[in-house]
Amino acid sequence: MKLTFPALVAAAVMAAGPVLADLVVPNLSYRTGPYGANGTQYADGFNDYFTLLNERDGGIGGQIVQVPECETAYNTEKGVECYEATKDTGALIYNPLSTGITYQLIPKVAVDKKVLYTPGYGRTSAKNGRVFEWVFNAPANYWDGASVAVKYLLDQNEGSLEGKTIALVYHNSAYGKEPIRTLQELGEKHGFSLTELPVEAPGQEQKSQWLQIRREQPDYVIMYGWGVMNQVAIQEAANIRFPMENFIGIWWAGSEIDVQPAGAAADGYKSLTFNGVGMDYPLYDDLQTHVIDPGKASQGGQHVGSAVYSRGMYAAVVIAEAIRTAQEMAGTAEITPEQLRDGFENLSITPERLEEIGLPDFGPEIAMSCENHGGSGMARLQQWDATAGQWTLITEFTEPDQEVLSALIEEDSAAYAAEAGITPRDC
Amino acid sequence: MIYREAGDFKTSYRADGQTFPIRLDRWGYYAVLAVAFGIIPFVINDYWANAVLVPFLIYAIAALGLNILTGYAGQVSLGTGGFMAVGAYAVYKLMTSFPDVSILIHILLAGGITAGVGVLFGLPSLRIKGFYLAVATLAAQFFLVWLFNKVPWFYNYSASGQITAPTREVLGFAVTGPATSAPAKYLVCLVLAFLLAWVARNLTRGSIGRKWMAIRDMDIAAEIIGVDPLRAKLSAFAVSSFFIGIAGALLFAVYLGAAEVGEAFGINKSFLVLFMIIIGGLGSIFGSFAGAAFMVLLPVLLKNVLVGNLGWPTDLAAHIELMIVGALIVTFLIVEPHGLARLWRLTKEKLRLWPFPH
Amino acid sequence: MDQFVFAAEVVLNGLMTGVMYALVALGFVLIFKASGVFNYAQGVLALFAAMTLVSIQNGQVPFAHLINAALGTQIHHFGWTVPAALAIALTALVMVGLAFLIEKLVLQHLVGQEPIILFMATIGLAYFLEGLGDVMWGADIKTLDVGLPQGISDGIEAATAQWFGYGFFIDRLDLWATLIAVLLVAALVAFAQYTKQGRAMRAVADDHQAALSVGISLRFIWVMVWSIAGFVALVAGIMWGTKSGVQFSLSLIALKALPVLMLGGFTSIPGAIVGGLIIGVGEKLFEFTIGPMVGGATETWFAYVLALIFLVFRPQGLFGERIIERV
Repeated sequence: MKLTFPALVAAAVMAAGPVLADLVVPNLSYRTGPYGANGTQYADGFNDYFTLLNERDGGIGGQIVQVPECETAYNTEKGVECYEATKDTGALIYNPLSTGITYQLIPKVAVDKKVLYTPGYGRTSAKNGRVFEWVFNAPANYWDGASVAVKYLLDQNEGSLEGKTIALVYHNSAYGKEPIRTLQELGEKHGFSLTELPVEAPGQEQKSQWLQIRREQPDYVIMYGWGVMNQVAIQEAANIRFPMENFIGIWWAGSEIDVQPAGAAADGYKSLTFNGVGMDYPLYDDLQTHVIDPGKASQGGQHVGSAVYSRGMYAAVVIAEAIRTAQEMAGTAEITPEQLRDGFENLSITPERLEEIGLPDFGPEIAMSCENHGGSGMARLQQWDATAGQWTLITEFTEPDQEVLSALIEEDSAAYAAEAGITPRDC
Repeated sequence: MIYREAGDFKTSYRADGQTFPIRLDRWGYYAVLAVAFGIIPFVINDYWANAVLVPFLIYAIAALGLNILTGYAGQVSLGTGGFMAVGAYAVYKLMTSFPDVSILIHILLAGGITAGVGVLFGLPSLRIKGFYLAVATLAAQFFLVWLFNKVPWFYNYSASGQITAPTREVLGFAVTGPATSAPAKYLVCLVLAFLLAWVARNLTRGSIGRKWMAIRDMDIAAEIIGVDPLRAKLSAFAVSSFFIGIAGALLFAVYLGAAEVGEAFGINKSFLVLFMIIIGGLGSIFGSFAGAAFMVLLPVLLKNVLVGNLGWPTDLAAHIELMIVGALIVTFLIVEPHGLARLWRLTKEKLRLWPFPH
Repeated sequence: MDQFVFAAEVVLNGLMTGVMYALVALGFVLIFKASGVFNYAQGVLALFAAMTLVSIQNGQVPFAHLINAALGTQIHHFGWTVPAALAIALTALVMVGLAFLIEKLVLQHLVGQEPIILFMATIGLAYFLEGLGDVMWGADIKTLDVGLPQGISDGIEAATAQWFGYGFFIDRLDLWATLIAVLLVAALVAFAQYTKQGRAMRAVADDHQAALSVGISLRFIWVMVWSIAGFVALVAGIMWGTKSGVQFSLSLIALKALPVLMLGGFTSIPGAIVGGLIIGVGEKLFEFTIGPMVGGATETWFAYVLALIFLVFRPQGLFGERIIERV
């Protein structure tokens, strides 16, 4: 038993590796497990954009992009297995869509010299490129999200949140705890008080939390939820008749599948987003002709245009642009991860460039540098329209309160540097 | 023809009572050790270490621990994940508080701390039995996970509650942290697995192991013949938790490098380790290793075959993989409820008689 | 006074939640009583049943993804929708078929094995069913709507507002769940007391061998019990799925039912109900009173700790069969 299994595994592994010399962008996806419904859509968007580039343009700079997919089931150990299985196949960059796996990979990528791109998730202080050389989290991170939400609320209240209360309903995990410190600081600055309401994963039963919200009547609820927690929270909010327009979710609580189970009751729910929604972009025409019609879409194209699909596609757009920048800088189409890192550090996605791609106003302007790995941190709000069954963008891209955030980021990344023994590099 | 005890004379009780009474077994055992210590460290690469061998060794330690409790002492536990978390957080606190002390000492201490926690949660076993106990140990699982998630002292007040293992060295080689080489990881786990298996084997065939088995087979009868159930059960919990704590410490510090308690040490871990000892064989040291190998390798193998070789879409492969794992477990239980260890024993019995079937 | 009124509201909601827990626990008890199997797959059964129900309602083609992947076709829906009542009946039929297959392929081969082996086999079964559900119906989150109302009950809110000056929140879905649970338990009790099959079931629960010797077919009873458990799972799946949508996490409600079982006893139907109510009220009250002091989210473990403390004093649970040990 013991001898035959390794032999079989060895045989299986040998056959699995993709051909070297192409651009390899592994997709560590999850299509099973408690978060499979979200992961599927994200992975589809991610795959389809690269398929489009391959089919329409013959890849990037004449190099075909290979996107080997590896199922992690949102499980850190499987994530490690996927990383190890793909890292020697010429992989350039990883985007695991899991904060847990990201934390695991952050020290590893620094040693293996791979780029880690975690848009809208992962470790927030990775924005500090002097400490986290290989990690990028543009366009926005969890703290940006919290700050943009508070800014939006400030706008709603003529610039003052004095005496207001905000309840934070959060997934009781690393991810959910991220915004607490930011919101506390912002609370001190703007004079609102914060109630913290943790929900233990998975979050099927939230009656206690929502009864408390009903008793205490906070002015606003901000939610950092994921998976089943989102659907239940939105339903419970509707049950207690909490005004939906005062309920704001982070981008991971802002997809169609989060609001649909609650039906009409979810109308008016708001969430943050850093990517455009809907199919109203010229790029989708190309996607239709080159990917969907020939039957090359991931999963048959069931989810095209959904919020999470768009976010997966947006991640692919940013990666593709970084590859392009790296190719231009290096003067060769076959880039290495080091060159891709330089590409990211010099990446600039202007509104004009987005328009060229066929996605006008799809994402915020991104300009990165050696010390800034997180871009501008801009995000916007979308609101659910239950009758039309779609999200509507209700604000422009808003910049977060960098004054508060940069101090926090400096502090957290310094703590990491001290713990891991990293000397911040000079930029 | 070769595999038999005929002609293998024993001249002392000591020789008669040894673990591998048959010469060929002994040779096989030495050969496995020689390969494990002498050859694999030189050929191992990152993929084999991180995806297969290191998790296999760590889970083997955990399975040994649970097997002592469930297989030898008969107390079913579903708190393995929680106890592994104790080991992980203990080693993290020790590593960061006393950076100058050797990591190996920290790992052993983490096992000791887990043993203490295990005894505490083992106390109800004096009153509660069977499935009631199994479900009661879930209290430990959920409470411990909640505790480590809630109290910031355990994760050194980091913003998100994730713990990350700093680099620590043994004899000048990094064994934790990102720069750890594959052979170093593997060897640390191998040495510990080997020593612990040796300890487990000798504990279980000594007087304490016999007491555990007496309690397992019928606790009232055991009490009547003079086995103190309090000491027997609690010692089983302590030893078992010691093993599991070490496995948890290794899982976090050496294998994963970073962990989040709810994700890395959730209820699924408890079930996974329980699976290992059932598939491997209750009350068997070999079974703990075989079960761990089976449960670690099977998903990797299936994934590589379905996605890599057959080219199926990953989601379909992932769903069908679940079905295959489930079906295999059921089939296994139907065909051989006593696990791989029993299959191995039957094979050996057959071999001994071969080529004469009677 | 305020705190007292709030606590009363919390208790009421705890009772309602307890009913929801009890619904899941019932399925466990039925199977454990009749076959001595601790059926871990009960949660996945609820998920599978709810998935099947929604998909039948929407006219989804089973195994569509597999067929499309193998044949390169693009089929997803039959193009019809099925009324809720008919869909529930069809799903119940599917659950009976499933029960038959489980008995035929799994249980029959494991007769006489140790309880832990049977328990493990049901975990294997849980994996299998989870994969099967996804392959059959896809892993998307499905909206379940069989016409159950949701949201705050205005009548109760108005009435309590008059009495206490604070309108209580009671979810109408919970009220329905309570009603359905009462009906379900009444039906089960009536079935067990007054029908031939029900009596046979009780006989099997009492003593397998004695039941066999008077000519009761064990296999038939097992298929029947698993079918009933499948139906109970369907009801639980509908209740929980209406709130959250049908998705993988539905299977995790099994974990909520385990402390209920410990408390109520593995073999008692009233125990499941009373245990559910105690756990529901206990965890909500604890979260209300102690929760804020320790940072909240205590509900996952409190139920287990409560059951554990309880068991130390009464090792067989509230209504469980007294454990008599002989040498």
